[in-house]
Amino acid sequence: MGTNLLTNVWAHPGGRPQLSVHEWESVLGQARQSSLLARLAYHYADKGFLAEVLDGPRAHLEGALRLADRQQHEVRWEVDCIRRALRNVDTPIVLLKGAAYLMANLSTARGRLFSDIDILVSYEKIDSTESALFNAGWICGERDAYNERYYRQWMHEIPPLRHVHRDSYIDLHHTITPPTSRFKVDGQKLLRNIQPLPGYPGLYVLAPVDMVLHSAVHLFQEGEFAHGLRDLLDLQDLLKNFSGQTDFWSDLLDRADELGLQIPLFHALYHLRRLFDFGLPAPLLGRVDRMGPNPFSRTLMAWMLGLALQPNHPSCDSRWTGLARWLLYVRSHALRMPIRLLVPHLVRKSWMQRFPQKP
Amino acid sequence: MKLEKLSASAVQNKLKSNGLILKIGPFSFRIISPIPAIAEGVIALYANNAVLEDSHFVDYTVTIARGAGWRRWSRRQAIFKFDGMEPFIPLPEDHAFPLLEWSMNWCIAMHGHHYLLLHSAVIEKEGCAVVMPAPPGSGKSTLCAGLVHRGWRLLSDELALISLTDTSITPLGRPISLKNQSIDVIRNFAPGGVFSKVVHNTSKGSVSLLKVPAAHIDRIQETAHPRWVVFPKYVPGASAQMTPRSKANSMLELGRNSFNYMVLGLKGFEVLSKVIDASDCYDFQYSQLDDAVTAFDELVTRRHDWVPTC
Repeated sequence: MGTNLLTNVWAHPGGRPQLSVHEWESVLGQARQSSLLARLAYHYADKGFLAEVLDGPRAHLEGALRLADRQQHEVRWEVDCIRRALRNVDTPIVLLKGAAYLMANLSTARGRLFSDIDILVSYEKIDSTESALFNAGWICGERDAYNERYYRQWMHEIPPLRHVHRDSYIDLHHTITPPTSRFKVDGQKLLRNIQPLPGYPGLYVLAPVDMVLHSAVHLFQEGEFAHGLRDLLDLQDLLKNFSGQTDFWSDLLDRADELGLQIPLFHALYHLRRLFDFGLPAPLLGRVDRMGPNPFSRTLMAWMLGLALQPNHPSCDSRWTGLARWLLYVRSHALRMPIRLLVPHLVRKSWMQRFPQKP
Repeated sequence: MKLEKLSASAVQNKLKSNGLILKIGPFSFRIISPIPAIAEGVIALYANNAVLEDSHFVDYTVTIARGAGWRRWSRRQAIFKFDGMEPFIPLPEDHAFPLLEWSMNWCIAMHGHHYLLLHSAVIEKEGCAVVMPAPPGSGKSTLCAGLVHRGWRLLSDELALISLTDTSITPLGRPISLKNQSIDVIRNFAPGGVFSKVVHNTSKGSVSLLKVPAAHIDRIQETAHPRWVVFPKYVPGASAQMTPRSKANSMLELGRNSFNYMVLGLKGFEVLSKVIDASDCYDFQYSQLDDAVTAFDELVTRRHDWVPTC
């Protein structure tokens, strides 16, 4: 197995940036591939360690800080555009993931890079929200009728909406997991507990426990694990942010039971403890343990995720990494859809890949 | 140690194994490739660049790999790999060397946010730089190649690296990419020039790269200050003509020609306005390189009359 230096940084958060030039090359590549370069830069900048970094790698870290700062500025601005576009749609607009962390001023947003803005509305409001966004310049970029139907019929989100001038992307959700999924979540249950964003009338974020559960479920059901490590760090940060709240931990476990998300939460907590030595309150250990799947699944998932949570960079690849990622990809699809829907879908996707239709 | 001191087989061995580390302007690139055309091109065009020891920090590791499976034997491919990803679609193997050049540009444009990066040629005389942004097909590279063989020093053909602290421009010193008819124009204009093998049928037509004169690579550490911004345009049959252009409009156009102006935000705006403040801005049309050389040399003479230094 190669050397995963990136995870080490957060496993020993007090560590100084003392790496050899070759280690720097690897860790920068690992961080680029995991969308964590700016987060790495902030990790050292916040501790005042940036000046100790060698000149060569420091230029890369400083460049990443600039990129992250600029993106966050733009995301704030886009969120405001979204709010104004949806003024007349009479429904709460819930920000998810990165945009939520940023607008709620959570430290989780520090150095986080964005590729799109995720929002959630109730299922009945999807059409009116989409058309209000359309009027403001966001159009559905999906040209393929099959893909379009796949999203609209089976998924928890509609195809990505792209702004015609600015090229910014919105993912419009009605819940956080596909309705066909084994871990399906009723969007109404989430909407009942949303929290208003101070200073932004009409905008909301998920309740803290739901934010954590969304992050956990996202980590394990997305097909590609390119951002696995980033999602896990997000999760750790959210837990640190919220764990001071009264009854947070018991509320979190109750909510996982209520929404049926015990297994994703179990895996996430397992890997947080394994990689970052992140401890739970002792009285809850037994209850968390009972949330997990059978011993066979536990061992298999621990092995696969252990490999897949490595940065997706040649310096970390072992002979099994490719297999583990592929198995997780298949698993993520198996969780999303029952086999009778999944098999025809994957067959069609691989056919389309081999013989793309000419536009 | 300069690349020319290494034997061809030593260069090939490095490229095939752990990579050849080249100092290119302020950056260091590790190039890994089993493809002979890469070794050939690197030896011909980067002879005067420094080869760094393995103990140096490398900014970008660029691999130009071969296609796998049956692609090894039939319709062979060259594939650019960076961090294990393939940012571009594979090209036919004989496009390997231009692909390497485009890949290196991509690395800098995507990650070099410690500079303001303009898509522009930059040449220098007496410490003062001309920034020449222009869309493809405007004759920018041809003009740049011509001037570089008539007393102007090349800083860069594609990418202007502008300092965020003092707006000085750092030389990149990469080969000049010539396309189609320009290749023969420059062969005739600069008979001593060293060219890479012409590659046909690329997305830009026929492409050949022109080596940077050795004396320019020797001065690669010397930065220059922007003094002119010139928007060149090749117009068949036209006489050479410099027409003053408004600073405001020039700044907008420079911003549009930047890779990371938006990334740098306010800082980008401040740096770009300093560049424009320090520069006279012109539109320039030409059809004959000799006339163009006269027109550019007049910029320098006129500066002597007006201001002592730039």
